[in-house]
Amino acid sequence: MHKEDKTMSKYECTVCGYVYNPEEGDPDNGIDPGTAFEDLPDSWVCPVCGATKDQFEKV
Amino acid sequence: MKPVEIAKGIYWVGVVDWNIRDFHGYSTHLGSTYNAFLIMDEKITLVDTVKKEFTDKLLENIGQIVDPEKIDYVISNHTEMDHSGGLPWVMKRIGEDKPVFCSKMGHKNLSMHFNQKFNYNPVEDGGKLSLGKRNLSFLETRMLHWPDSMFTYVNEDRILFSSDAFGQHYASAERFDDQLKENILPHAKKYFANILLLYSPLILKLVERLSAMNLAPAMICPDHGIIFREDPAKIVNAYVEWSRQAPKRKAVVVYDSMWHSTEKMAYAIVDSLAQAGVEVVPMHLRKWDRSDIITEVIDAGAVIIGSPTLNNGLFPTLSDFLTYMKGLKPRSKIAAAFGSYGWSGEAVGLINQAFEEMKFNVLFPGLKLQYVPDTEGINACRDLAEKIAQKLPGKD
Repeated sequence: MHKEDKTMSKYECTVCGYVYNPEEGDPDNGIDPGTAFEDLPDSWVCPVCGATKDQFEKV
Repeated sequence: MKPVEIAKGIYWVGVVDWNIRDFHGYSTHLGSTYNAFLIMDEKITLVDTVKKEFTDKLLENIGQIVDPEKIDYVISNHTEMDHSGGLPWVMKRIGEDKPVFCSKMGHKNLSMHFNQKFNYNPVEDGGKLSLGKRNLSFLETRMLHWPDSMFTYVNEDRILFSSDAFGQHYASAERFDDQLKENILPHAKKYFANILLLYSPLILKLVERLSAMNLAPAMICPDHGIIFREDPAKIVNAYVEWSRQAPKRKAVVVYDSMWHSTEKMAYAIVDSLAQAGVEVVPMHLRKWDRSDIITEVIDAGAVIIGSPTLNNGLFPTLSDFLTYMKGLKPRSKIAAAFGSYGWSGEAVGLINQAFEEMKFNVLFPGLKLQYVPDTEGINACRDLAEKIAQKLPGKD
């Protein structure tokens, strides 16, 4: 995977529709802006509904 | 209760559950209703069903208007079983091949509730359906409060079927806000606090979206409780206020006690807060239901929690309440812990840990007193309360 692909991709939660934007990260839950979805820890969950990472799909 | 025509050709055909007192752990002191609606048009349409055990009454109500077999369409705004439990029995009666309209997630979730493969027709967000004279629009409202939740809007009558949003657990012979006036708001607030509080940011976005769409419902019909027709904007505005969670000069003192020592501390704190002009509610965890306590928490600026130390840990009712509160994600609270202990005193530290997890603002280390509070101990409670009062917003 090219680095650009990895960092630019948004991912959508298939449960609630929340979109993870790597440019924004998830600062409320300790994820800095600029963090690629692929680099999120496995323990990270959807900040809206709590779904796990494997329930996200690339937008 | 008999059906009620809420607008020309549109009927409330729901049921009143007068005697329910525990709704999955939410105390329903005044019962509830499961609202369902029948739209008489070229395509006769049923919006939502009821809890399974009330299906006969739903069908009886429908039967007073039209033979249920004549129903053409069913709309499922929400999969939860107080609204879908009657679906298999309704389908059996009206014809199992009749179309069931639901959201994409509704299709997925209904399929995981019922073995029967109904004729599901998932609708898109913003999707439309003509019934003949009337046209419906569907709005996906995911996580308000399940992934499948959606609203159905009747464009011509400007009626919004809002599923669980804007609902209240309130059993009554009345069906409308103009019959109950201000009395209904505390029940709507309790419903919001226990069912929707954690999705406050989504509610604010939804209200913006409704406004951008110029959607101004003349009537809001939730799936529980009464219908808003006199002033539908009032309940929407109340939702905005509750979602913002602006802290008031108010404190909730939640506690339990074994030998009245933690209770003495609670009373001293309550007394001093009241003297400092703070609206304060002491809530003993075995006298108040968790759902009533969280209702007081939503607009409080301070949450003050006390527990004795039992077997080196929290008193069990505290674990229950802290788990419940954490899940509902209240915001913008200052917090403090207190408690009496015998010899080890872990409870206050455990409450503080829970506060940190909830992102509450813990300004004070917490107050632990050994065995029975003496005058010095009571004064320490008063001192803590005064410091908290200084941190709360001023009087309105």
